[in-house]
Amino acid sequence: MIRFSKYFWLYALISSCVLVPGMIALLLFGLKPAVDFTGGTLLELKFQQPVTQAQVSRILAKDKVNAVSIQSSASNSYFIRLKPETDATLASLEKTFAEETTNKIQILSNETIGPILGKELLQKTVTAAIVAIIAILAYVAFAFKNIKFGVAAILALVHDLLVVLGTFALLGHFLSVEVDTLFVTAFLTTTSFSVHDTIVVFDRIREMLKRGEKLPFDELCDKALTQTVGRSLANSLTLIFMLLALVLMGGTTVHWFVFALLIGTISGTYSSDFIATPILILWDRWEKRKK
Amino acid sequence: MFKTPRRVFFFLIVLAIFLVAFDLPENYHVKFHIGKYSVDRVINPLSVDIHFLGINIQRQLKTRLGLDLSGGSYLVLEANMHDIALTDRKSALDSVTQVIERRINLFGVSEPIIQSSRTPNAYRIIVELPGVTDVNQAIALIGQTAQLEFREFDEKALQESTISAYLIPTLENTQSTGLSGKDLSRAQLTFSSQTGEPEVSLTFNAQGAKKFADITRRLVGKPLAVFLDEIPVTAPRVNTEIPDGQAVITGNFTQDAAKTLALQLNAGALPVPVTVVQKQTVGATLGQQSVLQSLRAGAIGLSIVAAFMIAKYGLLGLFADMALILYGLLNFALYRWIPITLTLPGVAGFLLSIGMAVDSNILIFERFKEEKRLGKPWRVAMELGFGRAWHSIRDANFTTLITCVILFNPGNWQFLPSSGMVRGFAVTLFIGVVTSLFTGIVVTRTFIRVLYKERDTK
Repeated sequence: MIRFSKYFWLYALISSCVLVPGMIALLLFGLKPAVDFTGGTLLELKFQQPVTQAQVSRILAKDKVNAVSIQSSASNSYFIRLKPETDATLASLEKTFAEETTNKIQILSNETIGPILGKELLQKTVTAAIVAIIAILAYVAFAFKNIKFGVAAILALVHDLLVVLGTFALLGHFLSVEVDTLFVTAFLTTTSFSVHDTIVVFDRIREMLKRGEKLPFDELCDKALTQTVGRSLANSLTLIFMLLALVLMGGTTVHWFVFALLIGTISGTYSSDFIATPILILWDRWEKRKK
Repeated sequence: MFKTPRRVFFFLIVLAIFLVAFDLPENYHVKFHIGKYSVDRVINPLSVDIHFLGINIQRQLKTRLGLDLSGGSYLVLEANMHDIALTDRKSALDSVTQVIERRINLFGVSEPIIQSSRTPNAYRIIVELPGVTDVNQAIALIGQTAQLEFREFDEKALQESTISAYLIPTLENTQSTGLSGKDLSRAQLTFSSQTGEPEVSLTFNAQGAKKFADITRRLVGKPLAVFLDEIPVTAPRVNTEIPDGQAVITGNFTQDAAKTLALQLNAGALPVPVTVVQKQTVGATLGQQSVLQSLRAGAIGLSIVAAFMIAKYGLLGLFADMALILYGLLNFALYRWIPITLTLPGVAGFLLSIGMAVDSNILIFERFKEEKRLGKPWRVAMELGFGRAWHSIRDANFTTLITCVILFNPGNWQFLPSSGMVRGFAVTLFIGVVTSLFTGIVVTRTFIRVLYKERDTK
């Protein structure tokens, strides 16, 4: 049996190493919203000769224009969604295109567009996430017949969500990574995964309590963790293999989305053993001291 | 029928054959020679056309991909701002965009993109719809105003009506009561308790209920006409005062017409008239190349997972992989059957559910190993493994299902999202979790019961 409960200081240290910089970044810089949230410019470019999507994207990158999506439309035309751009950058973009390709281009349209995921919808999604968290709290408290389990599972979940948010606040500041609608999905995925993983660990504790093991609560939890750690690792590894393959080899447009999922998965696995269970143990100690 | 594992096993094989038929690629050309046999034909997935006990089931099994993965139709609507003050135009555009978004979502077109767009002299709404079918229907729905109005007959018309028995309401012989679709809080398709005919039941908001009570009190014994888009729908006689703000519109509705009307009333009237100025086909927002790369990476990732399961659990891992293949076939067939428009968030939901499906098997196998270590014979240990792991599988998956239902928002509640993206994720995750319970437990267990043997060490 591994005495997991002897190393609370280590878990606190690891979590704060990740959480503290993330939280500071989140408070100081916030997240960098993508055009999906802010709205921007929609260009339609028509080329005289065929060009590939990759060529267009390379030229845009050369001019340091951050295109959000490049979408083929009618023959040799592309829709390009950009951050709000001034006329000057557009003029320079036109010039770069002329230099890079012998192709003649024509800006068919240049429009200011609104967000895909507006404030209203974002608020509703946040509301839904909160309702879901409360429902999970209620269900876990009911299934484990103890509010402690529900609260610990939710705190671990909040930990994971903060890790994801903090990481992207840092990435946003230092690498200009933006959060888009896909990030919202990754966020929701983390919610589901985190609770799923925590419950599997809690189930073992519940089973031992039911069997009436004559052990102090710390040791009981340690025993449960020791027994489930193999499964936790195996399970997370399968997801991590999958996501790593996508991060390393997948398309560039989904790169950060999969990365967010990866962070969420790793944190979700970690928090079941090293956040949720320690909270249970600490709560139990505090209750006993009160008596 | 399912009494013995062998029968279940047989059933699973039949199921797998059906699923493969459902999941065949579309318009795939096969041409090869083996010895003197040569095959040259176009493969298409099985289509379903069943008439059974008066129920018609007809399905064209096609994969529907979202805008991000395969593109679709691109519509530009222009808002007519003539009657709107310059300063109000931006907010008018925002609200018309919102109404259009709500309508499209209520109509069930999954995963659209709706954006407002401004050039110095035009106010536009860009609508992108996955696939190219139903565009005209969508345009019709977007453009319709669905103005509901309650009108009463003027004095002259009422006097004439005593002469001729029937009174046909027109815009000329009626006047507005001041009660309109704006006073509505909800419209719903219901069926008449007497005739069973489809009708639209209305619930007014507090203000509307008060107006409606006043009107019905004033008009007891007289008819009240209901107009939709300035066309009379029905003119029932008011029998008593209705104080609770509940009303029903009856007419010769078909079920679809009543449903569409309810949807339109719920979605509200367009504040500004719009016209379609552009309609074309567009490619994937994520880029074709990126989508292909990700597909390949996903396939590699899945193979690694499969190899890992075999490496860690041997023959058992192979059974889990077989169950996983059946799981993939089942999910894909369901996406085609329901049908579900697959987008990247949807695929994320599916990937997560694969993780959970694998997890169920890992939980069971680890449990199996533990019970064996305690010295139980393998057959007992296996059944115990399935039994004991069930509690954690149940609770863990149930919380995921709760999350899915809240995100999907089946009741279309106003305070929760009813938009495509979040829904797409919730639906595929929900289906994935439910099918994973089936494959992870029933399928794997059957494979093991029928095909697996182990010698007990003792």
